[in-house]
Amino acid sequence: MLRYLFGRLRRGSHTLAYPRAVPALPERYRGRPALDRSRCPEGCRGCAGAAPGGLLRVDDGGAPALDLGACLFSPEEAAACPAGALRFTGDHRMAVSARDVLVTPTGEVELARALDASAQRLFGRSLRLRSVVAGSCGGCEPDLNVLGTVVFDLARFGIQFVASPRHADGIVVTGTVNPNMRLALEKTWRAVPEPRLLVAVGACALSGGPFAGSPQAGTGVPADLPVDLCVPGCPPHPLTVLDGLLRLLGRLERGERQQGGTEAGRGGPEGERMGR
Amino acid sequence: MSLPGPAGFRNRRAIPWAEVPCRGLEEFRVEVAAATAGGARLVSLFGLPEDDQRTRLVAVLGDDERSALGVTSAVVGESYPALTPQCPEAHLFEREIAEQCGVTPEGHPWLKPVRRHPPDHLPPGRTASARDPGDYPFFQVTGEEVHEVAVGPVHAGIIEPGHFRFQAHGEDVLFLEIVLGYQHRGVERLLETLPPARAMQLAESIAGDTVIGHAEAFCGAFEALSRCRKTPRAQAVRGCALELERLANHIGDLGALAGDVAFAPTAAICGRVRGDVLNLLLRLAGNRFGRGLVRPGGVGFDLPGEMADEFRERLGTIVAEFEQAVGLFFGSESVQARLEGTGVVPAASCRELGFVGPTARASGLERDVRHDHPWGLYRFAHIPTAIETTGDVAGRAMVRTIEVRRSVEFLLEQLAALPRGDVLRVEPGALTPGELVVALAEGWRGEIAHVAVTDEQGRVRRWKVTDPSFHDWTALAVAMAGTPISDFPLCNKSFNLSYAGHDL
Repeated sequence: MLRYLFGRLRRGSHTLAYPRAVPALPERYRGRPALDRSRCPEGCRGCAGAAPGGLLRVDDGGAPALDLGACLFSPEEAAACPAGALRFTGDHRMAVSARDVLVTPTGEVELARALDASAQRLFGRSLRLRSVVAGSCGGCEPDLNVLGTVVFDLARFGIQFVASPRHADGIVVTGTVNPNMRLALEKTWRAVPEPRLLVAVGACALSGGPFAGSPQAGTGVPADLPVDLCVPGCPPHPLTVLDGLLRLLGRLERGERQQGGTEAGRGGPEGERMGR
Repeated sequence: MSLPGPAGFRNRRAIPWAEVPCRGLEEFRVEVAAATAGGARLVSLFGLPEDDQRTRLVAVLGDDERSALGVTSAVVGESYPALTPQCPEAHLFEREIAEQCGVTPEGHPWLKPVRRHPPDHLPPGRTASARDPGDYPFFQVTGEEVHEVAVGPVHAGIIEPGHFRFQAHGEDVLFLEIVLGYQHRGVERLLETLPPARAMQLAESIAGDTVIGHAEAFCGAFEALSRCRKTPRAQAVRGCALELERLANHIGDLGALAGDVAFAPTAAICGRVRGDVLNLLLRLAGNRFGRGLVRPGGVGFDLPGEMADEFRERLGTIVAEFEQAVGLFFGSESVQARLEGTGVVPAASCRELGFVGPTARASGLERDVRHDHPWGLYRFAHIPTAIETTGDVAGRAMVRTIEVRRSVEFLLEQLAALPRGDVLRVEPGALTPGELVVALAEGWRGEIAHVAVTDEQGRVRRWKVTDPSFHDWTALAVAMAGTPISDFPLCNKSFNLSYAGHDL
C-alpha cells in the first residue's frame, strides 16, 4: 500500500492541460486536409479523375471540393490531386455541427457550434453519452475509451459514457451502420429520452469510410437520424473528438473558422485563446 | 508427418495453383483429418467458385515444428461430408463455407450462421436460398432453476457489438453461446474487387487495433505474388511497428483487466502508458495505430537514427512504468484471487479446437508465428516464446506481461542497429497469374492468415482472411462453462478478441 502511495506521489499528474494549452502533435500527423485552389493549373481537370466517393471530388459546377467525411487521412490521399494542391495541415480541429459542412471547397470548415441556451442548461455541465458501435473496424472505439483515462480525463468536463441509453443524454455512433446493426442502433436511439443528441465519430459513421460501396456495410448514420456533431477521422485523434465535444458544450470558441495554416493546431496564439 | 501439397510450401512462398492437390471428397476429408491428428494445425479452410456450379474447398495446414505449410482441396457441389466430426478445428470454418458459398457440410454437429449475410462467394450459376437472419437456433438448457441471460449486441461500455447467450444455474454458467456478425462489412469481397491502393487502406481497417498485423499479412501476400523483395531496412521498420502494436495492446489490456477487478492503480498507469506507445506510432506514421506505414513493397515512412534514439529512451521509461503497474497487480493477493483458476482453457481444448496466440500459449502450447513460420526481421532476430501452463486468466495475463518485456528487449536491440539504406519501398510489379500464397503474421492476438489466389489473368480470384479471433472466440465459450457469470467480463477481457476481425 505504501509502495503504491509513494509511487503515486512521485508520478504526479499526467492529465493534459487541454484546453488551456494544446499539445503539439508530431510532424507526420496529418490532420485536416486543405486544398489550395491558387495552385490549380489553368484548365486542369485532374480532380475529375479522382476515385469516386473519396476525399477529393468535383462539385456540380465542376470545381474541386473536399469531403472531410470521406477522408481516410492516409498519405496517398494527398496524391489524388495531380497538381499538388492537396495537402494535410496538421490541424486536429475538424469537428462540425452538420454533415454537409464537411463538404468544403478549400478544406476549411466552420467548426462545431455550441448547443443553444436551453440545451446548454441541460447538458453544459453534465453530458452522459451512450456508445453504439454499428459495423466498425474496431479502431475508433479504443481511442474513444482513452478519453476516459487520466491523460484526457473526459470526466473533468462533466462528460461520461454510461451503460444504458436510459441513463444517456445522447449517443455516439461509430461504424458504417451496416445491415446487421441498423436495428440495434435505432432501438438504442429510441430508448434515449428526449431531448437527446447524436454524435457521429469517424469516417465510417459519416460516409462508410473504407467500406463505402460494400453491400454488407452501410454509408454511415442514416439520413433520417438528426446528427448534432460530426467528427471526421480514421480514426479521429482523441483530441479531435474532445475538441468537438467541448465546442458542442460551448467550452471553446463558438463557431470559429480555421486560419488554414499548420500552426493553428499547435498551441500558437489560437491555442491560448481557446477556452478556460 | 508429411503434409499434402508441394514441397517447400511455406509462409509467403507462392505456389502454382495447378500444384494444389485436388482430391475426391472422401480422400479430402481423410487427408485433413490425418494431418490434424498427426499434429498439424488448420490454418484456414475456405471455398471459392470452381466454375458456374461447383465450389473448390481449400484446406491450408500448418506444421509448426517444421515451419512448413500444406494444402489440399476438393471440388464440391451443393453439399459434402463435413470434416468437423473427425477434425473439430474445422467447425467454424465449415459454418463459414456454408454461409459464404451456399454449400452444406453434411453431418456438421452444429450448423448455424456465422455472420448472417447472403452468400457472397457463390458459384455464378447457382442461386442462394434466402435465410431469415432472425431465425437463430440458440442452444437451450431446460430445468427447474435454469435461466437464460442475454447480453448485447450493444454492450455497456465503448466496445464492439456481439451477442452472448448464457444458460445459467444460479451463478454458474452451464453454457455460453456467442453470436457474432454484427461488425460484418464485407471485407473479403472488397479485398477481391478494390484497386490495390484502396485495398491497402481496407487491409488496415480489417481490425482497427491490429492495423500493422493485417497490413503486414496483406502486403506479404501481395509481395509474394509479385515477387517483390523488400529492403532489410523496410523489413526492420515493419517488425518494429508490429512489436509496438503488440506492446500498446498488451499494456492496454492489462490495464483493462485491472479495471475489471476494480484495481485502479494498474488500470490508471497502463491506460496512460498504452497512449505513450501509441504516440510512438503516431511519431512514426502520423497515426496512433500506424495507418499509412506498411505498404506493398516496404514502408511509407522511415525510422531515422534520431527517432530511433528517442524511441529507445521512451521505451525505457515505458517499460519501467509498466513494471511498476504489473508489480502492483501481480503482487496483490485480492487481485490474484480473482484471476487464478478463473476461466480455464485446457490444453487439450486448444489442440482440439485450434486456438492460437496468447490464448494457446497460456495453456502451454508453443504456438507463435514469429518462431514457427518466421518472416522478414524475425528470420534474423528471435523473440523467445512466452508460455504459461495454467490456462486461466492469470496465465493469460502473465503471458502478455512476459511478451511486453520480450518485445521491449527486441525493440531496444533492433532500434540500436537498424539496417542502413535509403530505399524504403520497392514498387511491386504485377501479380503472378495462377498462384496461391499464404501470408502469416503473429498479430498481438495470434496468427493472422491472408490466403490469396490469382486467376489466369493475374487478377485476384479469392482473398481469404483468417483473423486469430476466428480461431479463438470458441475459447471464451470453453472458458465460461462452469464459471460464475460474474467472472464473464474478466474472462472476456483476458482474451480480448476482435469482433471486427472475426466478422470481417
